[in-house]
Amino acid sequence: MRTYVTKRLLLIVPTLFGVAAVVFVIMRVIPGDVTLLILGGDQTGRIDPQQLAAMRHQLGLDQPIAVQFGTWLWSVLRLDFGTSLWTGQPVIEEVLIRLPLSLEVAILATIVSVLLAIPLGMIAAVRQDTWVDYAIRILSIGGQAIPSFWVGILVILFLVIYFGWGPPLEFTPPWVDPWANFQQLVWPVLTVGYRYAAVTTRMTRSTVLEVLREDYIRTAWAKGLRQRAVVIRHALKNAMLPVITLVGTEFAFLIGGLVVTETVFTLNGVGRFVVDAVAHRDYPVVQALVFLIALCFVVVNLLIDLTYAWFDPRIRYH
Amino acid sequence: MAIDSSLLGSSATAPLASRVTWPEQVSGFVRAKPLGVVGALIILGMLLVAAVAPALAPYDPYEPDYAAQFARPAAEHWFGTDEFGRDVLSRIMYGARIALFVGFTASLVGCSLGAGLGVLSAYCDGTVDLLLERMMDVLLAFPQLILALAVASILGPAVPNVVIAVAIPIIPRAARVVRAAALSIKENPYVEAAHGLGASHYQVIRRHLLPNVLAPYLIIVTAQLGTAILAEAALSYLGLGAAEPTPSWGLMLSGSAPAYAEKAPWIGLFPGIAISLAVFGFSLFGDSLRDALDPKLRGRS
Repeated sequence: MRTYVTKRLLLIVPTLFGVAAVVFVIMRVIPGDVTLLILGGDQTGRIDPQQLAAMRHQLGLDQPIAVQFGTWLWSVLRLDFGTSLWTGQPVIEEVLIRLPLSLEVAILATIVSVLLAIPLGMIAAVRQDTWVDYAIRILSIGGQAIPSFWVGILVILFLVIYFGWGPPLEFTPPWVDPWANFQQLVWPVLTVGYRYAAVTTRMTRSTVLEVLREDYIRTAWAKGLRQRAVVIRHALKNAMLPVITLVGTEFAFLIGGLVVTETVFTLNGVGRFVVDAVAHRDYPVVQALVFLIALCFVVVNLLIDLTYAWFDPRIRYH
Repeated sequence: MAIDSSLLGSSATAPLASRVTWPEQVSGFVRAKPLGVVGALIILGMLLVAAVAPALAPYDPYEPDYAAQFARPAAEHWFGTDEFGRDVLSRIMYGARIALFVGFTASLVGCSLGAGLGVLSAYCDGTVDLLLERMMDVLLAFPQLILALAVASILGPAVPNVVIAVAIPIIPRAARVVRAAALSIKENPYVEAAHGLGASHYQVIRRHLLPNVLAPYLIIVTAQLGTAILAEAALSYLGLGAAEPTPSWGLMLSGSAPAYAEKAPWIGLFPGIAISLAVFGFSLFGDSLRDALDPKLRGRS
């Protein structure tokens, strides 16, 4: 186990190096010069060439590309992602302001999705090919097909028309006013939770179905155990591994990936920050966010693999 | 030793039992997978609408008609009109073309490149496999939409750019699936036999590996079609996909739909239904196709 953990931790290094390289390359192939964007030019669109050269030197753009990459990598290692071109604030501070909101939505939506998905998926599997199964499957395929931003639009439409409710302008953290916080987040959380419940329900259904065909389940039935004991204690427990993987990956995705939902509900989270930064052509922010989101993804995936080994003693990594 | 050269060219997919004909396969699919047929019908309907949109659409999707702004859904405009007086139904019909175009090209390009890399990775083993795998790991480290967003932000809003932005995140996902399939096929005795008979690498890959990864390839293509359509809608919604006045479904939901939500809710209602229905159709069909093609699942639910 220890060698496996060390090996996995070491493997993260080349992956993250590759991630950094991809992000760096993406940001360097942007058409147009970042310096021109920063300086913006005067009314006639002219830019002083001396000023341009000074800015290029300040940003290190006159250095060879390898040196630029090295410099960037070194600053990333010190968690220094530069400053936002839009607000002038350090990027890392801007991210930390938005992180609590995104984390809260991610955690709550994951809880909602698991609470819905595991019972539904299990029932669909046990009642396979009955109308209950068909209803749950249609509900879950529908949940994946319906774009979450459209559900968001519909929810807002409904709330605006019938309750005169508008999306809040500023985020209230739960430790300041739990009730206000709940009111702000209940709809986005349910919207996102339903979508991810759909994915998890399908996974639970198919893994439970697979496990229910195993020999030891037949043995459990033959022993005369009640259905509840067979399904929950024997089948569900062993069907959980792929489901845990999926839920973990989804959680990692939710932290930074709610670009569309956060935009619809005007939540000032990390996902919307990505969209805003792209719209403002705030490249240091885009670069930092894409890198941080990928980092989060890689770390969560590592944790999932490690829990895997812990959950299933048959898995022995070498 | 005489080598029967005809064996070199023989395909690994040679039938063992009597071959089932196409119509028989289709009717078998219809009987076993009613939900898949529903999906297929939705897809066919959409293809039809997209193909004959100019003949079917009652109005020009681009031409503003300020006399008919915010018309309620009625006989004249079934789905109402938007803030420029454009007919929402006509725009949805033309929008099917964009959704299908982006969906099919992005998933085919992404899956084909991915499948190519996957087969290469499985066949070459060693360093090539290791390098390609690490590259795919890197690409997989980005959430699908974030990577598409980053690529789209650089390329700028236009339909061909959306195809590229949506296709790139599909590559590693397809490569994973196809590599796994190719790895197990490579171990089959007939591959070894082909090598023994002096077949070149190219011949082995083309005649033995590629035909046998067709099933996982088709499964991943259909699975990615819905995702690609959703991704296009999301990118257009965020203003990074098709640009106005292109009648993209996602774009139709972005500006005017929330702004005029109280006045004209139909602007935001119908394009969303169109997206959901399309993705729903592709998911139903893709699921059933996977069940039918995957030997591990065959004969189950």
